Amino acid sequence: MMLHLDLRCRVGGFELAVRELVETGGCTGIFGRSGSGKTTLLRAVAGFQAADGSIRLGEELWLDSIKGVNWPPHRRRAGYVFQRGALFSHLDVRGNLDYPVRRLKSRHNSSEDWPGRPGFDRVVEALDLGSLLHRHVNGLSGGETQRVALGRALLSDPALMLLDEPLSALDLGRKVDILPFLARIKSEFRVPMLYVSHSVDELVRVADHLLVLADGEVLAHGETGAVLERLDVQSVTGRFEGGSVVTAQVERHDPTRFLTLMGFAGTRISMPMLDRLEPGTAVRLRIRSRDVAIATEQPRGISIRNVVPAEVLEVDLEAGSPYAEVLLNAGNQHLRARITRDAVADLQLVPGGEVFALIKSVTFDHRAL
Amino acid sequence: MLTELPPDLLVELGPTLWLTVQLAAATTLVLFLIGTPFAWWLANTRNVAKPLIEAVTALPLVLPPTVLGFYLLMLMSPDSPVGALWVNVTGQTLVFSFEGLLIASVIYSLPFMVQPLQTAFETIDRQPLEAAASLGASPLDVFVSIACPLAMRGFVSAGILSFAHTIGEFGVVLMVGGSIPGETRVVSIALYEYVETLRFDLAHTLALILVAFALVVLTCVYVFNRRAAVRVG
Repeated sequence: MMLHLDLRCRVGGFELAVRELVETGGCTGIFGRSGSGKTTLLRAVAGFQAADGSIRLGEELWLDSIKGVNWPPHRRRAGYVFQRGALFSHLDVRGNLDYPVRRLKSRHNSSEDWPGRPGFDRVVEALDLGSLLHRHVNGLSGGETQRVALGRALLSDPALMLLDEPLSALDLGRKVDILPFLARIKSEFRVPMLYVSHSVDELVRVADHLLVLADGEVLAHGETGAVLERLDVQSVTGRFEGGSVVTAQVERHDPTRFLTLMGFAGTRISMPMLDRLEPGTAVRLRIRSRDVAIATEQPRGISIRNVVPAEVLEVDLEAGSPYAEVLLNAGNQHLRARITRDAVADLQLVPGGEVFALIKSVTFDHRAL
Repeated sequence: MLTELPPDLLVELGPTLWLTVQLAAATTLVLFLIGTPFAWWLANTRNVAKPLIEAVTALPLVLPPTVLGFYLLMLMSPDSPVGALWVNVTGQTLVFSFEGLLIASVIYSLPFMVQPLQTAFETIDRQPLEAAASLGASPLDVFVSIACPLAMRGFVSAGILSFAHTIGEFGVVLMVGGSIPGETRVVSIALYEYVETLRFDLAHTLALILVAFALVVLTCVYVFNRRAAVRVG
């Protein structure tokens, strides 16, 4: 199924114009700086924000301003999850979860389940909500609130889930707690998602596709790894967060040193152990540009363990900045390094040069490929 | 002073008190029915005429009750189209009747119902309302199942204020209702008449009842508000 978007909306002086075909097979991340129109886009899809143009999900035409079609939010079946949950404070957790279920039942004129509906017990189990059912929503922690909000949206049997920075109100630890639940919703309930975030690390973990917005326009759209590799995205993510996504093969775990060893670009790299991963699985790693240094000779006497031979493809000097961005080819995968212009001159880095990439830190993308 | 009271105190004051409570209750009920949708509309509309409509709603707050009463008297008199229509339909005049008094009270107490409700509706967070819509609730459903419960404090305040304010009205009742015992003679009018006729014993009793009533009501409002605030915070 595809989501056809051809939208224009105006909020104050800001204008959003999006014309894209969005794959709804998994999770599409909507990424951009604040003010780029991410939330406006999500709200227009939900029907909260007036828009011109058309929205079509599969065969359902939600909006067509020429034909005069404009489905109200409650008909669109787009489960919206807000930053801070937006739970109903006059109901307890069970009341919140029952809310969409009752409406579904009255719409289907039956008290029985029908095939395909995410069952109450299954949702409660998947999001670990059993112990919260009788709690008052005001007493929940941030992470619990978001789990209830996710469960509630899921129970409305949504055609599409719209997540508006669902983790941004949580601290880092809670974020990491929620991410596996999101992965579970994706794999178990197979509900397509649009996921708005300004955090690359979050999106690398959950999004299969990435739609990058800047000033109300689509800057890039495609498979997550491919989009993150493209240079122009870096101006959106900010140089500091820029990086690359590579694939590596899990070789074995070394419990004595707490390391997982992986094959990458004809050599071996290691990272803190994650023994859930079976040897042989391919994993995605995200490596930030600022965590990659460059040496022209095999370095010795250095604390960095991951040293990968590579070839310089491009050197991009940042205008008005002491930094340069170097694109490297390591085993036919792209790496980016952010180093100083001084270093570029000193090491005489030019396209075609053989170097060693020194990788200081690596984050996992939790999806196995 | 209490010992000087006539033994048939209840007979003397009973019908007046009962009528007053009936009028206040009926007024509050009617105001809930028309004030709730009206306040919801005011809280959500982007109509350019909204300030004017709000001003008209607030008029009873600032107009001398006698001015309001005068216009209502004109409107309800059998000579006016409205008054004549009422006579045609019911066979009775609207002025100096309980029904006329009810209509006057509803208009007089309208701001005490609409303003707390409008404020309550306006201060509801929009996100739960949008969340409910995205979960499949129609606009009416959202209003009944989310907006009204979240505005419960506003409903309680509005109900209490409308009821109490109707009990305290004087000028409008005097103009529109007169003082027919058991039909339009409410406590504030009765009190005035007791003073006029130098029956201070009855005036004292009635005044004391009203003061006690007002104190109890206001204490209830403050207790409720504090509890709600603690629960919400």
